[in-house]
Amino acid sequence: MTVNRRKFIGAGLLTLSGLALIPTVNVFAGIDKNKLSEGTVRWGIAMDMEALATKGPKVIEEAAAACHRVHNVPKIELQEEAVKWIWGEPYEKSFADQKHPYLNESFLNSLFPVLCNHCDNAPCVRVCPTGATFKREDGIVMMDYHRCIGCRYCMAACPFGARSFNFMDPRPYVKEPNPDYPLRQRGVVEKCNFCAERLAAGKQPACVEVNDALVFGDLNDEKSHIWKMLNSRYSIRRRPGLGTGPNIYYLV
Amino acid sequence: MYDAGKIIPGLIIFLILITFPLWYSLGQSAPVLGYQVETPEIEQLEEKECVESVSYMRASHMRLLDDWRNEVVRNSRRTYINNAGKTYEISLEATCFGCHTNKADFCDTCHSSLNVEPDCWNCHSEPKESQL
Repeated sequence: MTVNRRKFIGAGLLTLSGLALIPTVNVFAGIDKNKLSEGTVRWGIAMDMEALATKGPKVIEEAAAACHRVHNVPKIELQEEAVKWIWGEPYEKSFADQKHPYLNESFLNSLFPVLCNHCDNAPCVRVCPTGATFKREDGIVMMDYHRCIGCRYCMAACPFGARSFNFMDPRPYVKEPNPDYPLRQRGVVEKCNFCAERLAAGKQPACVEVNDALVFGDLNDEKSHIWKMLNSRYSIRRRPGLGTGPNIYYLV
Repeated sequence: MYDAGKIIPGLIIFLILITFPLWYSLGQSAPVLGYQVETPEIEQLEEKECVESVSYMRASHMRLLDDWRNEVVRNSRRTYINNAGKTYEISLEATCFGCHTNKADFCDTCHSSLNVEPDCWNCHSEPKESQL
């Protein structure tokens, strides 16, 4: 078969006309890039690392204890099966990609509180096959434990290790269950929910309430304390190069 | 017809067996489940009414609970307006178990006799009184 110039140009134009389908594809794929960042609330936490350093590593344990008590997080000693919503991690683990030989030692030695980053572009939401993990309009990456089938794709997708799997029935490992909040069952994944149930009641997240070095607020509100803090001081986020858009900031 | 003497009695036995569920319970009344509605909390109420009418709750409480959980978890809406226009907090722990503190006598009686096993209590805590 020979292709003459006329046929070639015709086929080329026909191919290019396929670009006209893009808006239609975007509608069906549900892509609306500006939807999440405009006009809506965007919750975030800023951690003042200087203030945390003066208080010592104990405050991180206290914050974790407060969170885990409110949310009935089981206390399992075996590290491989432990369930954590918020915990302390040294710099070389929390900011491994931002380590260099001349780093201040106080940095290397201090613990950083780490938790779910409630990413703008959360990989766990993208991979969840049942829609159990989803993004709320206020930016919270929420889990619907009723729908979780325990496939653990989200745990593989999360670059921050913020998710834990219930290898066993958590009930025996919760000493004093908080009757106002449910537990989880064996075979589901769990993680920090940014205290969605406390926010609904007008309260601060539990970790922020017990620790004033953490500041919680609306990142989209220029009058909020968190916005002013982030605007006036230098802050870092975990693994920003991955493009997930974490909403937990560390003021250093 | 060949072997009519075997086929016709066989058919009759077959019909009797296959209609067994229909005639077996004829003349018997439905079993009385004897579940207990009253609790100390309900006795203290001025108006003894649930979030919806008794007949609706009896028939469709499972659907209501399903809607409630989707409203809270997925749509972040935590208030429920019932048919009469009254508002309630959507919460199994606070609203339902606030009155129905007798899980064993209220929930379990029907569920076990109908052989349904709702998995609510795998995660949600049972109301306090029934844990005694």
